[in-house]
Amino acid sequence: MHAGIIFFLVILGSVLFHIFTPWYWTDIASNWQSMDDTITLTFWVGGGVFVAVCLFMIYCVFKFSYKEGRKAEYKPEDKKLERILTWATTLGVAALLAPGLIVWNQYVNVPKNAIHIDVMAWQWGWQYRLPGKDGKLGNTKIVNINEDNPFGIILEDPNGKDDILIQSDVIHLKNNRPVKILLRSVDVLHNWYVPQFRAKMDAVPGVITYYWFEPNKIGEYEVLCAEYCGVGHYAMRGGVKVQSKQDYENWLEEQETFSDLIAKQNKIEFNEKKLAKK
Amino acid sequence: MSEDFKDKNIIQAQSSETISGSGSGVSPDMDYVRPAEIPEQDLYHGHSFITKWVFCQDAKVIGVQYFCLATFTGIIGLILSWLMRLQLGFPEAAGFMTAEHYYQFVTMHGMIMVVYFLTALFLGGFGNYLIPLMVGARDMVFPYVNMVSFWMFFVAVGVLLASFFVPGGPTGSGWTLYPPQAILEGTPGSGMGIILMCVSLALFVIGFTMGGLNYLITILQARTRGMTLMRLPLTVWGIFTATVLAMLAFPALLVSAIMMSLDKLLGTSFFMPTILKAGEVLEYGGGSPILFQHLFWFFGHPEVYIVALPAFGIVSDLISVHSRKNIFGYRMMVWAIVGIGALSFFVWAHHMYVSGMNPWFGFFFATTTLIIAVPTAMKVYNWILTLWRGNIRMNTVMLWCLGFIVTFVNGGITGIFLGNVTVDVPLSDTYFVIAHFHMVMGIAPLMVIMGAVYHWFPLVTGRMLSEKLGKWHFWATFLGAYSIYFPMHYLGFIGVPRRYFEMYDSPYMTSAVGMNEFISTAAFLVGAAQFILIFNIVKSLKIGKPAGKNPWKANSLEWLTPSVPPEHGNWGERLPVVHRWAYDYSVPGAKDDFIVQTTPPSEVVHTKVEKT
Repeated sequence: MHAGIIFFLVILGSVLFHIFTPWYWTDIASNWQSMDDTITLTFWVGGGVFVAVCLFMIYCVFKFSYKEGRKAEYKPEDKKLERILTWATTLGVAALLAPGLIVWNQYVNVPKNAIHIDVMAWQWGWQYRLPGKDGKLGNTKIVNINEDNPFGIILEDPNGKDDILIQSDVIHLKNNRPVKILLRSVDVLHNWYVPQFRAKMDAVPGVITYYWFEPNKIGEYEVLCAEYCGVGHYAMRGGVKVQSKQDYENWLEEQETFSDLIAKQNKIEFNEKKLAKK
Repeated sequence: MSEDFKDKNIIQAQSSETISGSGSGVSPDMDYVRPAEIPEQDLYHGHSFITKWVFCQDAKVIGVQYFCLATFTGIIGLILSWLMRLQLGFPEAAGFMTAEHYYQFVTMHGMIMVVYFLTALFLGGFGNYLIPLMVGARDMVFPYVNMVSFWMFFVAVGVLLASFFVPGGPTGSGWTLYPPQAILEGTPGSGMGIILMCVSLALFVIGFTMGGLNYLITILQARTRGMTLMRLPLTVWGIFTATVLAMLAFPALLVSAIMMSLDKLLGTSFFMPTILKAGEVLEYGGGSPILFQHLFWFFGHPEVYIVALPAFGIVSDLISVHSRKNIFGYRMMVWAIVGIGALSFFVWAHHMYVSGMNPWFGFFFATTTLIIAVPTAMKVYNWILTLWRGNIRMNTVMLWCLGFIVTFVNGGITGIFLGNVTVDVPLSDTYFVIAHFHMVMGIAPLMVIMGAVYHWFPLVTGRMLSEKLGKWHFWATFLGAYSIYFPMHYLGFIGVPRRYFEMYDSPYMTSAVGMNEFISTAAFLVGAAQFILIFNIVKSLKIGKPAGKNPWKANSLEWLTPSVPPEHGNWGERLPVVHRWAYDYSVPGAKDDFIVQTTPPSEVVHTKVEKT
């Protein structure tokens, strides 16, 4: 008999663990509350089914344990019961799927006013690029990447000249303004992930992938690489600072554009030439 | 052998045609079973130690060989998991371990457990032992190929383990082997390690194909007279469908292993785009890393069911036998197995929701994935409905079955989380995924393996395993494994990413330290508890209670061999003739609570049998 009691305690313990757990998700800092809601819905429906199935099983263990001479019921099939269970399950599954697909539809459709951010990943680090006054990012090519052109921007592309380059692993974001994260990698797979924002997507060399979110809580967050990228994977961290509009714009003012970088380099080159002449 | 028994076969066939009932309204052809159409196969009988026990053509010996080698490899996988858990729970005690080591252990643990342990054990081990016995054949239809299959597996394991000793060590690219990192500097074992992994996988697939053809053709062509498909035990249905999946899925793994080897060795660019590494542009271009992921998961997802379906089948039989009740909804169970098998080829990209593939795929794959939950749920209902009004023996075998139901339902439910594309976004690549797949395709199938070991050990060895040790083994394993993986989901909720050698001090991750210590401790104990089984086996082989014939009073054919353990050729002089399905337990009007499959209707005329 005590086997049933232990199984019961396991189920009870699971429920209590969930109620009293100190380990649960971080406070959300983006618009994806709907993801948390879908998880919560799935949790209660799924958790309910888990508990119900296990309790039924435990009941059977108590009630129908072996007794010499008793005969089990002989009932190969019960078409009606099986049909009811099939349809009930189908309905339950559909009820979980529908909200999932609705939220996914939001996830793949980026709002028009989202700021585009080029997130460039390599083994093992991050850097970022924001569009300049024209609101457009210049096109890039991996083969163009060198010390003078750390983002590999195509020099002929007029959109690239005023791009704002952030050669740091910390990016600042404007509170309550959606951002479209455009991911690219120069070597292997990476994934730019901030647990508080909930969203994530792999960076894949050779293509540009994207996702979006809207930060809605001022603060500093840690960026984690969420796709295994070799031996330095666990150390591939970065940072995000969500700021008020004013603070964000002050910060943005101080950043260097691609033209600034070219000018600076030309100046250095010019000085070097001058130095060499002397 | 056919020469010896041909005449008797004919006699037997005639006698069952002409049998006449003894009164009480038995019609003369009540026991009629179609006569055999082809003569029996010739079997090669080994004469020396080598041909009897090493290069043996007896499927039962091959099954035991597969079982032992897979278990040996599994123990290596277990030790690797200990080392990983040491690093995660007690990093200060694991000072010898570098990040390279850690990733190599992660990779080898994953690959060993999925392919070389679970797949080999279920199909190679249980498949070989049980298929011929359960369908009433003397052996597999191609015994020689079957023998070669095992030795290919042997070589594959050898090559896999050899990679521990090559320069650079084994590959540390994660068990999914994603390029580009798998073959680039920066990943441990990106030289010889990954090549040996690909070679080993290719050998495994080749060897497995040999075995798989045997399983399929034996089940389709070598069933004994009267054994219709809808009379097969669900174990056979599970293994059959899993083998079909393996035949269709493993080629995808084979080609991806070949293509990746070519990328590494010849500089082709199947999976390699333009890459900038350490300031230099590599000589690759135009390939697609996502293509590899599609190929890998086209194999990888059916692979989950290659492990799960035999477990489904076996557990159905164990629950039925030990509840003294027919499996509830047999036809539903068969179609659920076949349906899950078919659907499993349409869900692979649910592993890739955040891989950077076209996000519109998400709608399709979330839908197919959740559809698969329906037949799976039906199977769960039918297991617990089999318990309902049964006469449940609470022995070790049943405990493992109940442990399976708990862990499988738990892991199945979290599968609905991850399959539902939106829910997957925050949880993918976190410990939630680790907890989910260990629960559903690690622990749950393991519970079935253990139940099956306790159930069929008497058949294989002629002796019973100790119930007392078995119960200790069960509770230590079940409670321990549950307390490893249940709390682990919550690490995933926090957002702790998988494949992290060290967590550092992210504010929200520091609370995970205590849990990691707890999980690691539980993992050490669960691992150690497996040695109870080894001790039990060794002890019972010597002094276990003799099992005798059919100790569980089961119906299926494997328990009806003239000698226990069954000899080469299985059936002595006459092949069994089957008159009913494998689940006539507790039939009203019957003297015993079981009617074996070979009992002709004329012997049990007063019973109310619904399905035969």
